[in-house]
Amino acid sequence: MLKNYFKIAIAVLRRRKFFTFISLFGISFTLTTLIILSAFIDRVIGDDYPDKKRDRSLYIVRMEEIGKDNHSSTTPSFSFLDRYAGSLKTPEKMTIFSRYNGTNTYVNNKKIAINYKYTDANYWDILEYQFLEGKPFTQQQLDNQEKVAVISADMKKEYFGDIPSVVGKYIEADNVQYRVSGVVKNLPVTSYMLYSDIYLPYTISKSNYKDKAYRGDYMAILLARSKGDLSKIHDEYEQLVSKVPMESTEFNQIISHANSYVASYVDTGNEKKSGVVYVLTAIGSFVFLFMLLPTLNLVNINITRIMERSSEIGVRKAFGASSRTLVYQFIVENIILTLLGGIIGLILSVIALYFINELNFIANLELTVNFTVLFCGLLVCLFFGLLSGVYPAWRMSKLNVVTALKAQ
Amino acid sequence: MIRLQNIEKVYRTDTIETLALNSISLDVAKGEFLSIMGPSGCGKSTLLNIMGLLDAPSKGDVRIGEQATLHLSDKQLAHFRNQKLGFIFQSYHLINDLQVLDNVELPLLYRNTTAKERKQLATEALEKVGLSNRIKHFPTQLSGGQRQRVAIARAIAGRPEIILADEPTGNLDSAMGNEIMEILIQLNKVDGTTIVMVTHDENMANKTHRLVRLFDGTQVQ
Repeated sequence: MLKNYFKIAIAVLRRRKFFTFISLFGISFTLTTLIILSAFIDRVIGDDYPDKKRDRSLYIVRMEEIGKDNHSSTTPSFSFLDRYAGSLKTPEKMTIFSRYNGTNTYVNNKKIAINYKYTDANYWDILEYQFLEGKPFTQQQLDNQEKVAVISADMKKEYFGDIPSVVGKYIEADNVQYRVSGVVKNLPVTSYMLYSDIYLPYTISKSNYKDKAYRGDYMAILLARSKGDLSKIHDEYEQLVSKVPMESTEFNQIISHANSYVASYVDTGNEKKSGVVYVLTAIGSFVFLFMLLPTLNLVNINITRIMERSSEIGVRKAFGASSRTLVYQFIVENIILTLLGGIIGLILSVIALYFINELNFIANLELTVNFTVLFCGLLVCLFFGLLSGVYPAWRMSKLNVVTALKAQ
Repeated sequence: MIRLQNIEKVYRTDTIETLALNSISLDVAKGEFLSIMGPSGCGKSTLLNIMGLLDAPSKGDVRIGEQATLHLSDKQLAHFRNQKLGFIFQSYHLINDLQVLDNVELPLLYRNTTAKERKQLATEALEKVGLSNRIKHFPTQLSGGQRQRVAIARAIAGRPEIILADEPTGNLDSAMGNEIMEILIQLNKVDGTTIVMVTHDENMANKTHRLVRLFDGTQVQ
């Protein structure tokens, strides 16, 4: 039976080449776009380098102070995180690190933009950066306020050129010379919490990290002993924040959360709706609208095809096909069409991703079609096939046999 | 084999009501070859469609074998047609996208048969109509007579007890028409298949066991 459906599906596709081209173009173009989008999302949110312990980590990235006439929201300060988050009992470890900031430096009169970030020593324990050479700075170096730096592979290449080792050499940023202690694998800027060109001990930070203000330039990761502890840590932090005294009389509420990676990544600062809801709604609406047009197009083409095939429908019914069987046949045919479009879409995606990676739109963001993306693509294909096939199939199956036979 | 009692068929539009069949009662015996004649628009095809359960009468009763058919569901009707009836149409109604063998296998697709059984039955049917050397052809590569023979093979592939033929020779020249008629006569004689045939051709009708004439939806003979 399926073989017969397949034969007829292919024959119909070959018969109406132009319609087939339009259908396949619509499906494959849509899928290509969706696959690229999902590859991007998958890489940005799904890639767990270097926070491989993400599944038992919570991130504190926002500090909000609300008063009657005031409302301030930014990242917390080092001292707030050190004093309050540092007092939590449940986490196994905590790291505090700054956001990345930019500065310029000059090598042989060539301007180089450098992004730098301050971290503590735990940063290198909790996060599993891949060291291409050297090693991270130690607690002792940090306590001694040594001017040492871990740099990214890109920075090494840009600053020092193609030389085998740079450990022990000096890199200048903001008129300060730092001794390179290690070189780590690059991160794309989309990993904005952890991305930087150079990583420095927070104790040599030019701004006063001991400043007692609650709001500042820092973030923290709380590492739980097990996944089961995550909700405990989350609640413990919530409770702690609710007891933190107000910084000034201007404010009457402090908001800060210890959230999962994804929730923190898309944190919009809106307390009523989480960023995840916003992002999912945005992506969902985009995908829906983007799919709507080719689906409607396919529905339309399918209905036209039905009219052309009314004689076949009549004959099949006369010889024993029930309406349900015909619906099934037509849906199968449509799924074959969409799967064909899917295969073309997949090939186009691989080609498109190759060019996107080659052109390096976002440095170090290597997009690939992996299993998740492929699975999503396949799912979208099937959804497409069903969505655009059901209504025409239902209409077709309702055709009266005599009318269908007369139509030829 | 087929019993029609007081069949009426009315076509209604917003403004007009047309009586296509008026109180037709007809019995077709098992193994009979019956022809239906009459001028265009007299209701011949409508009557055949009602016998074939492709159309429902507005009034009256249709029994095929022991089965009363009026209250059967879409699925039951489909199953019944598949098991008991074979159809031959004036304009063949072959599926041009499928090869001859696939066309003939069509009724068997809706039965619990294996691909091997389907192929065997379809090949046998094509042998009966003398087209076993054309199984890989597409309908568009065949002459009118050959196409109608494929249509006959399709009608008999499932070995139905009844064949309903709507002007099977209507699109063919007399030589081809005679060939087709000969095949139908053989099917009736050798296999004992009950055949009801609508025709315009008096000569063809005279070759059958019995002739029923319709005029303006009423049986006149």
